[in-house]
Amino acid sequence: MLRLVARRLLQLIPTLLGLSVLLFLWLNRLPGGPASAILGERATEAEVARINRALGLDEPVWVQYGRFIKRIFQLDLGTSTQTGQPVWEEFTLRFPATVELSVAAIAIAIVVGVPLGYFAARRRGSWLDVTAVSGSLLGICIPVFFLALLLKGLFAVNLGIFPSFGRLSTGIDATKVTGFAVLDGLLTGEFDASWDAVMHLVLPAVALASIPLAVIVRMTRASVLEVLGEDYVRTAESKGLDKRVVRARHVLRNALLPVITAVGLLTGSLLSGAVLTESVFSFGGIGQFIRTSIDARDYPVLVGFILFIALVYVLINLLVDVAYSLIDPRVRVH
Amino acid sequence: MSLLSVDALSVTFAGHGTGRGAGRAGRATKAVDGVSFDVAEGQVVGLVGESGCGKSVTALALMGLLPRKGVSVGGRAEFDGADLLSMGEKKIRDLRGSQLAMIFQDPLSSLNPVVPIGVQVTEILTRHRGLKGEAARKEAASLLDRVGIPDPDRRLKEYPHQLSGGMRQRALIAMAVACAPRLLIADEPTTALDVTIQAQILELLKELVDQEGTALLMITHDLGVVAGLCDQVNVLYAGRAVETAGRRELFAHPTHPYAHGLLGSIPRLDAPRGEPLRPIRGSINDKIAWADGCAFAPRCDFYTLQCLTGTPELTEPRAPGHQVRCVNPVLPADRSADAAEVSS
Repeated sequence: MLRLVARRLLQLIPTLLGLSVLLFLWLNRLPGGPASAILGERATEAEVARINRALGLDEPVWVQYGRFIKRIFQLDLGTSTQTGQPVWEEFTLRFPATVELSVAAIAIAIVVGVPLGYFAARRRGSWLDVTAVSGSLLGICIPVFFLALLLKGLFAVNLGIFPSFGRLSTGIDATKVTGFAVLDGLLTGEFDASWDAVMHLVLPAVALASIPLAVIVRMTRASVLEVLGEDYVRTAESKGLDKRVVRARHVLRNALLPVITAVGLLTGSLLSGAVLTESVFSFGGIGQFIRTSIDARDYPVLVGFILFIALVYVLINLLVDVAYSLIDPRVRVH
Repeated sequence: MSLLSVDALSVTFAGHGTGRGAGRAGRATKAVDGVSFDVAEGQVVGLVGESGCGKSVTALALMGLLPRKGVSVGGRAEFDGADLLSMGEKKIRDLRGSQLAMIFQDPLSSLNPVVPIGVQVTEILTRHRGLKGEAARKEAASLLDRVGIPDPDRRLKEYPHQLSGGMRQRALIAMAVACAPRLLIADEPTTALDVTIQAQILELLKELVDQEGTALLMITHDLGVVAGLCDQVNVLYAGRAVETAGRRELFAHPTHPYAHGLLGSIPRLDAPRGEPLRPIRGSINDKIAWADGCAFAPRCDFYTLQCLTGTPELTEPRAPGHQVRCVNPVLPADRSADAAEVSS
């Protein structure tokens, strides 16, 4: 197990290095640049050159890249050209909101999706199955931002059950510990703040959960259907085991293997996919910041963000591999 | 009285279902069409036939393991006086694993790949004998030992993929005999194994049923297995028994043209060089419905128009207890010349 983890961590280095090179070259080929974004279209050449010199953009590409790599190893992602603040600080300020949202979304997708897919398979052809299958198709088809707007219009604006924007209501004075609003409330004993944060999470999390939920339902259903036809399930039945034992030990355990892989991939994509949902609910996460950074051609922020997302992907995949090898002895390294 | 008495068992898969084994879409498939046979306490009975003759479906029907949707099961199967086919789900679940047990064809796919062998053996002990924890583990180890798996304590912790093919089948057998069942159904238990292992597994089965007086229903297409193991043999064709006899009688005097052809198709080592093989022509798909006549008629070398006048009855044209479903049986008087007599 430790060897598996170590090997995966080593694999991380070439992946991230390769990605950083690609990113850097790609960004340097883009027309425009931070100078024109900061100064506007009517800037003089002298002003542009001054800004470029200040940001170190007049040096050769490989020098800039070398400096960039050196800084990464010092956990220094540079300074945002928009705000003038260190990228690292901008991230720590905003990432907790995005992580909180993504975790809530994937949790909803798993908790609802796995049982739904399981029972749809068990009662294949029933109204539950038909509803789950067609509902998940709808979930995949509806654009997330549109669903977010729908949910917001119905449950926040018209019915007023949930708040329509932000992470906390104005007037709630929460102490900040980790930056995760729900967790902070629990840690400091400010349970009303936690509750308020949960209420703010519901609509964006449900909107964001729609695609992973749909994928998990379909995946679980297909997987359970396949496993139900396996010989070893018949063997378990031939032993006269209780239905519960057959289902938990022999059906679910095998059926969840492909679902775990899917959950890993989905979680990674959620972090980058939260952008639109955050915008609709003014959630203040990393997504909105990245959007404005693209407009402003804020290279340090973009490069840092993409590297970070890649890192998260690789780490989640590592987790998936570990979980997989815990459940499936066949993939264990001997 | 026999332990298991199967009377006119029939299994029909509904046509329009898309489920496994549902057959061609749009047409109902009669996989088993009136099979009758008996198994006595301590007896080894063979169900023999080629792929698609309904032998595996017969076994699954007796175990209550056929899917409930899209399958209709008819007839009776009395086990110790109770009808297996009509008994409730809960009741047959109690019998399965304790009184009735089954060994499957492919030991790798029949074992759960992600559950240790130990758990797969102890779960049946827990279910039917109430053994838990250390007691269950000890009993499981002694079961593995009994079926000839060396170093059972280590094997209990291992997973199916870490065992060899023969070892896996031994583990499956250990599970099947864990609760000393009265009837053991073995569905081609040696098909997926190589020949030397096949012999060992058959030897083991023989030993186990001899020791416990367990009745064994042996399902196979391998006449060698029949010759080595069975007391009584039922030859199935297209879902119906066409010949029933004791092993010696059957091998000495195969009387139904199908059984006759089966035995005649076995290549012989003492045959002269260049002697062609003698297969039965056609395939099991070339059949007519039993209701219209003999299903084997289209492939039969001896068929006459008489064969197409309704279902042939079981008769005893050669010896008492040797039943044959044929209007033109192969008898010594008429066609002894080409009867390939294979002694057991």
